[in-house]
Amino acid sequence: MTKVTMTVNGRQVSGDVEDRTLLVHFIRDKLGLTGTHVGCDTSQCGACVVHMDGKSIKSCSTLAVQAAGASITTIEGLAQNGELHPVQAAFKANHGLQCGFCTPGMVMTAVDMINRYGGKLDEKTVRENLEGNICRCTGYHNIVKAILAAAEEMSAGRQAAE
Amino acid sequence: MGVDGIGARVARKEDKRFLTGKGRYTDDMVVPGMKHAVFVRSPHAHAKIKSIDTSAAENMPGVIGILNGQQMQADGIGNLICGWMIHSKDGSPMKMGAWRPLAHETVRYVGDAVAVVVADSVGEARDAAEQVAVEYEELPAVTDAVTALQSGQPQLHPEASGNLIYDWAIGTSEADTDAAIAAAAHVTEMKILNNRLAPNPMEPRAALGIYDSAEDHYTCYTTSQNPHVARLVMSAFYNVAPENKLRVIAPDVGGGFGSKIFIYPEEIVCLWASKRTGVPVKWAADRTEAFLTDAHGRDHVSAVKMAFDKDNRITALKVDTIANFGAYMSLFSSAVPTYLYATLLSGQYDIPAIHANVRAVYTNTSPVDAYRGAGRPEATYLIERTMETAARELGVSPAELRRKNFIRSFPHQTPVIMNYDAGDYEASLEAAMKQADWAGFAGRKAEAEKRGKKRGIGMSCYIEACGIAPSAAVGSLGAGVGLWESAEVRVNAVGTVEVLTGSHSHGQGHETTFAQLVSDRFGVPIDNVSIVHGDTDKVQMGMGTYGSRSGAVGMSAIVKALDKVEAKAKKIAAHLMEADESDIVIENGELKVAGTDKSVPWFQVALAAYTAHNLPAGMEPGLKEGAFYDPSNFTFPAGCYICEVEVDPDTGKTEIIQFVAADDFGNIINPMIVEGQVHGGIAQGIGQALLEGVHYDPQTGQLLTASYMDYAMPRADDLPSFQVSHQNTPCPNNPLGIKGCGEAGAIGSPPALMNAITDAIGNNDLTMPATPQKVWAAAHAAH
Repeated sequence: MTKVTMTVNGRQVSGDVEDRTLLVHFIRDKLGLTGTHVGCDTSQCGACVVHMDGKSIKSCSTLAVQAAGASITTIEGLAQNGELHPVQAAFKANHGLQCGFCTPGMVMTAVDMINRYGGKLDEKTVRENLEGNICRCTGYHNIVKAILAAAEEMSAGRQAAE
Repeated sequence: MGVDGIGARVARKEDKRFLTGKGRYTDDMVVPGMKHAVFVRSPHAHAKIKSIDTSAAENMPGVIGILNGQQMQADGIGNLICGWMIHSKDGSPMKMGAWRPLAHETVRYVGDAVAVVVADSVGEARDAAEQVAVEYEELPAVTDAVTALQSGQPQLHPEASGNLIYDWAIGTSEADTDAAIAAAAHVTEMKILNNRLAPNPMEPRAALGIYDSAEDHYTCYTTSQNPHVARLVMSAFYNVAPENKLRVIAPDVGGGFGSKIFIYPEEIVCLWASKRTGVPVKWAADRTEAFLTDAHGRDHVSAVKMAFDKDNRITALKVDTIANFGAYMSLFSSAVPTYLYATLLSGQYDIPAIHANVRAVYTNTSPVDAYRGAGRPEATYLIERTMETAARELGVSPAELRRKNFIRSFPHQTPVIMNYDAGDYEASLEAAMKQADWAGFAGRKAEAEKRGKKRGIGMSCYIEACGIAPSAAVGSLGAGVGLWESAEVRVNAVGTVEVLTGSHSHGQGHETTFAQLVSDRFGVPIDNVSIVHGDTDKVQMGMGTYGSRSGAVGMSAIVKALDKVEAKAKKIAAHLMEADESDIVIENGELKVAGTDKSVPWFQVALAAYTAHNLPAGMEPGLKEGAFYDPSNFTFPAGCYICEVEVDPDTGKTEIIQFVAADDFGNIINPMIVEGQVHGGIAQGIGQALLEGVHYDPQTGQLLTASYMDYAMPRADDLPSFQVSHQNTPCPNNPLGIKGCGEAGAIGSPPALMNAITDAIGNNDLTMPATPQKVWAAAHAAH
């Protein structure tokens, strides 16, 4: 057992973990943050995506000990003061989710994607950047729409702020 | 329509919890003292179990208990059953072999459960499971249904000689059909393969069994599309516990697509193991377990003859299908290639003679059962590829051949049981061709040719049947259950409303759509309406969600209950306003006396019902009504899908240029949600046609496609955006005029795509999935 300490959604947490404990299991089982999901065993489906130090990672292929000292944001930490993040709001407005299981990973991937590309996203780029996230319900149609809408909204917000 | 009423694109009430990580799926459940189960599974496709030695595993850290099938049998837990009786042509009942929740004599597919380890953590349970020493005597295996029927092949079950479960037929007599074919001007013959698929809801199956020894009561959290059926089956057939001692809860469920209809060994084992070990027991599948043990879909091999007269009218259709059932008969498996498949073989066409023969076959593979569409995709694929091939052989346009044979008057009785109630197939065909600019295709093809690409276009005119019913009719055809739905509408004293439904939402958005019905009827904002489902302690009984039945059947039950609530509310309002009951109308959340300015708000009527200070003489207090709805017929959604592709002749890679769906779903409550259902269905259909396929090694029976590294799930960059429209004819047989939309996309799309690819490459000899390798080979063989 190793004691790890990290910041999760702005709160410092620590716990004893086995060397083999994955970050996703630390988040789900030790912290009780069950919004992050496990949908496959091979790092393909992206249901487990969280942000580590601001970048999207797959928490199913990251050991908890690798995250020691890092700042982690999970889906539970995205909305601020009860207000949905623009990506969350766009998923709702565009019906970008059905069963909701892939949704946390999709949203966390989308936030990172928009952060990386700013307002320069187009449909093709969004689809290519969703390669690591699998959805079985939506056919991706409305997920792509939602991400493009959120990118536009966020870049308009940035421009207004500048 | 109000802002929240019927026809409005209302954003979903359930979204916030899913978007903020507050969804509660079975594997998210934690209860005090809970331990974890890992199953020991057969690594062999077919073997006798000689011994199971758990001595080493029992001493591993964290192990609470290791249980096996002999103990289960000793405790009186029953075998798994198939709930739909099919009789062969010779009158004999289907041959059902024993499926033990934990095998202790013979294993029949890779993944068959042999023992369960319960331990403090998943990791410890897995470590111990690896130390359980099972000695097997390997037997030869067979994975392919056509081979399994041949003599000298491995035999799976002593009950099923030659691995044949049933040999069933439907429709016109074989002799009359053969005579019509012999007299035809043209006969199109094809061999049609429908590839085996793994359903792959993103949430893997899971179960949590909790035994309360003080009350002798069980609670089961499970990933189910139909918790009440799960309770019924686990009580009545598996002897887990009587219904009043068993609560089944299907909380948020992360997709099903059919695979979570069935009752699997794992939930039974978790319940039983909880009693045996004295602790709550949770199991959650990993993805490889899901590939190994979730019931697969499709896997048909068919021979088809379609006969035409000299005017290109279809005179007869003859179909011979072999259906792979896998190692055991799953819960609804027997109905899929019979009453959900062969009954749809008339398609959208007026065919005077249809004879279909279906043989169901055991193989050493995962059980096969309903997967999105369940039988109807197989029927549509067979008919629509054959129609396209016939058009090419006859030298007529695919649209023309279809138009000539469309059913145009309703009701229409087909030779294969179904009585189509309403439709306008021409309208969907025209809308789709216009949307796809079919007329401009030749120009686009020529342009693509200049870039060295092969362009093709294909269509598919599908029909399907939803809301399987009525109960008496399906009972006479062998169904073990009724196929009605129940609802209860509870108006609270302040006018807010709870609707309890036997339908189950696992992505379909019932919490929104169902609330729209109430809002539309009573003018109550949808935020004041809660939909309660998925818990046998809350909802009295229900048949669950599958076969696109929740709209046509589930919502019809709600409408019946709303009718009763409305009638009582009007009586109360009339009494309060000293008016005649027949003059009361409900508008904008008020009950009014028509033609006057007298009104009482909705909440006041509700309050009056509960204070009971001033009710009509003899009226019971309260405002709560229940209803059961049993449909009088199936519903028949239909439509036309068009796909345009470009094939790169150098690589064989297919790019979908456009995909057009024109559907007739009857009346629609929430178009946004309906379109979402179509998008997802099309993606699964494109997945079947282009990417997906379950493969077993034919010698060893090992599953070769057991992860997302090996099984090609459709990803965002495999798919285009879809063009979706509706040409609706209301269903005449239910109060809302709804037909159902959940499966259409998966039913209509595979043949449209395959017709497009074969058009592009000029070779009709191509099977699904049309991988680049196969397309490249077929394109080159064509020249």
